[in-house]
Amino acid sequence: MSTATQKRSFSAALWDYLTTVDHKKVGILYMAFGAFFFILGGLEALIIRIQLVKPENDFISAGFYNEMITMHGTTMIFFAAMPILIGLMNYIMPLQIGARDVAFPFLNGLGVWLFIMGGLLMNVSWFTGGAPDAGWTNYAPLSLQSPGHGINYYVMGLQLSGAGTLMSGINFIVTIVLMRGPGMTYMRMPLFSWTTLVASILILFAFPAFTIALFLMQFDRMFGSAFFDIALGGNSIIWQHLFWIFGHPEVYILILPAFGIFSEIFPTFSKKRLFGYTAMVFATFLIAFLGFMVWAHHMFTVGLGPVANAIFAIGTMAIAVPTGIKIFNWLLTMWGGSVAITTPMLYALGFIPSFTIGGMTGVMLGATVADFQYHDTYFVIAHFHYVIVGGVVFGILAAMHYWWPLMFNRVLNDKLGKLEFWLFFIGFHLTFFIQHFLGLMGMPRRYWVFLENQGLDLGNAISTVGAFFMAAGVIVFLYNVVYSYVKGEAAPQDPWDGRTLEWTVPTPVPFYNFKQLPLTRGLDPLWIEKMEGDGKMKPAEPLADIHMPNNSILPFLISSGFTLASFGFIYQLDGPVGRILIYIGMAFAIGCMIIRSLKDDHGYNVTKEELEKEGA
Amino acid sequence: MSHDYSIDPNNLPEDPSRVTAEGKMKHLGLWMFLGGETVLFASLFGTYIALKDSTAGGPTTQDLYGLELVFLMTLLLLTSSLTSVYAIYHMKNNNFKQMQLWFGITGLLGLGFLACEIYEFAHYITDYGFTFRSSAFGSAFYTLVGFHGGHVIFGLSWLIVLMVRNAKRGLDTYNAAKYNTFALYWHFIDVVWVFIFTVVYLMGMVS
Repeated sequence: MSTATQKRSFSAALWDYLTTVDHKKVGILYMAFGAFFFILGGLEALIIRIQLVKPENDFISAGFYNEMITMHGTTMIFFAAMPILIGLMNYIMPLQIGARDVAFPFLNGLGVWLFIMGGLLMNVSWFTGGAPDAGWTNYAPLSLQSPGHGINYYVMGLQLSGAGTLMSGINFIVTIVLMRGPGMTYMRMPLFSWTTLVASILILFAFPAFTIALFLMQFDRMFGSAFFDIALGGNSIIWQHLFWIFGHPEVYILILPAFGIFSEIFPTFSKKRLFGYTAMVFATFLIAFLGFMVWAHHMFTVGLGPVANAIFAIGTMAIAVPTGIKIFNWLLTMWGGSVAITTPMLYALGFIPSFTIGGMTGVMLGATVADFQYHDTYFVIAHFHYVIVGGVVFGILAAMHYWWPLMFNRVLNDKLGKLEFWLFFIGFHLTFFIQHFLGLMGMPRRYWVFLENQGLDLGNAISTVGAFFMAAGVIVFLYNVVYSYVKGEAAPQDPWDGRTLEWTVPTPVPFYNFKQLPLTRGLDPLWIEKMEGDGKMKPAEPLADIHMPNNSILPFLISSGFTLASFGFIYQLDGPVGRILIYIGMAFAIGCMIIRSLKDDHGYNVTKEELEKEGA
Repeated sequence: MSHDYSIDPNNLPEDPSRVTAEGKMKHLGLWMFLGGETVLFASLFGTYIALKDSTAGGPTTQDLYGLELVFLMTLLLLTSSLTSVYAIYHMKNNNFKQMQLWFGITGLLGLGFLACEIYEFAHYITDYGFTFRSSAFGSAFYTLVGFHGGHVIFGLSWLIVLMVRNAKRGLDTYNAAKYNTFALYWHFIDVVWVFIFTVVYLMGMVS
């Protein structure tokens, strides 16, 4: 990568990103679009909070409010939190395990474009007569009764991006199983790579259930089938089961990578190896395993009967045990270490009490009998925002500060970072802590207004103020990004005195990652070399040709074809245009897949001479 | 050198599909994909079992199913799995012609299965008025069996593309991996059919 490549034109850069199969660029695409959707979802949250700032407010209409809550939830889960995490996995995981790329680079490109187009497709609905409005859980039969095309957009948008996510999951599993570098045994893998593996396993076994749920919904809404139609013998509870069989593992797909991020940050800034590494790995698997066994705790009030409810309640409470193991291990990692309070570390420190509160209310919700009181109140809203914001979003922001020097060659300003943290942290607790009590006082979720003088006025006003604090924190972060880009200096290779392999590559990271694959001698390989060697990784192979995959525009074209067909499906009941679009889109996508299959793609070699020319 | 995928006939690898790194990755990747597919079909089976008695006054499982046709379909698909095993056996012996032949037979058997299935669906629709829209049972039946049939169609298209593409090229370690993943996928479709045979047809006949 010479200087000539840095001065290329905008269209060349655009083409580069449209055709890229490099895991780092794919990761950046995931994060960039994830950030875009995060801001979109944040604005939707602000609109929700403005509507609820005072009793019987009429800032937005009831119908529009329903669209807001639906799109806020769906956007944040599927198009913000998960893609940003998958982007981080894409960028960081191969570097951490000493690999030059992921196992299926082409599939990686396809996955990111399916996600991007799925997210954009769903947001097109704002301009074509109304967004989805049946809540992010999209329960039947409510979602079947919803007029217009909003729910159709929900179904097709999530189907597209879900397919992309499944591809990423398979890709990461194969990468970690087969492409770990020399000496990188399983039990020497950094925790973030471990949680990537486990989250990928969860994706693999959870998403297909949602795929089927979406297909059934699509068939019922667009082709006249009767899965959820009571009149023809259908059963709407099937949607709830399939949704939560996917939906509960989904929250672990989100939180486990965040756990991994904190498990990197605590040792780095405590100058100590992670306490109880083996127990951490074991706890990760236990959480994943139990995560599949508890979906019905979202359905306690459906009437599954006392036996089913009791089993799922016990399973739910059992998850607190491995999670507790993790919390104590993080605390003990810091104990006796020389702790440096940087921005990532602040987030990690803020995460522990915040997430523990969320975990505690989780156990409360898991008590079946009490759950009848909490169900569908703001207590639930407070609970899951404590785990998702206090866990996942804190994790994402911490990861951004932590890995920013590696990804973007700049160290984010620490003073601004701390300001951002405090604004966000205070705003978060201001917004959501009070909602526990609003819920206990009986305020139901998803209502667009509440009445005066029922004890809910002050609490809602406080909650709204907190939301603006959080928004201010995000604005400071965005300012910090621009500030560091304009004023900041190029980041050193290893700014945090790191312990793992991603800090051994030069920045900006060469497209082949490692000129020579490093030899891992134990857990925290870089730290071992710092303590016992000269601080540099020893190459495990002589300098030789490196085999790299070719770029391809096909992932983009295949995704475009499916997106076109999705529009067709959404409008196919309205006339022949929709049906024609289905055929054109599908033919185009399948045609591109056949081209991919027929054309041999052997990749290319970076020769030894080229590598030598780029200096040591 | 690095793009040399040819197979040395005097020094045959134990499994040409898993000599290259890509071959190993494809093999594991397809196994993982099948793990996801298992959940996909499990969800469909769950839906079917929940709705199979919701006939809304229409024909029931006992009115519809006849074991003769289903037995024939099972025979065709199970045999096609066996012939794909023969094809892989010839692949490991570097006998490309025999491999193509047995994969060709596999494809024909799959086509026969598909023809039977289309006949079966047409029979239900014209003789019983039992459609995708007539009851929740109808929706669940056609979705479960149709998803399997869709997988068969996809597999056949995949096989045809593979066989035509490589007809003149012969076997190398690059396309051996592709044939191998197809064979794995085909076995999976077969296993799913065994479950459909049991859960849908056999259980439908007795209950």
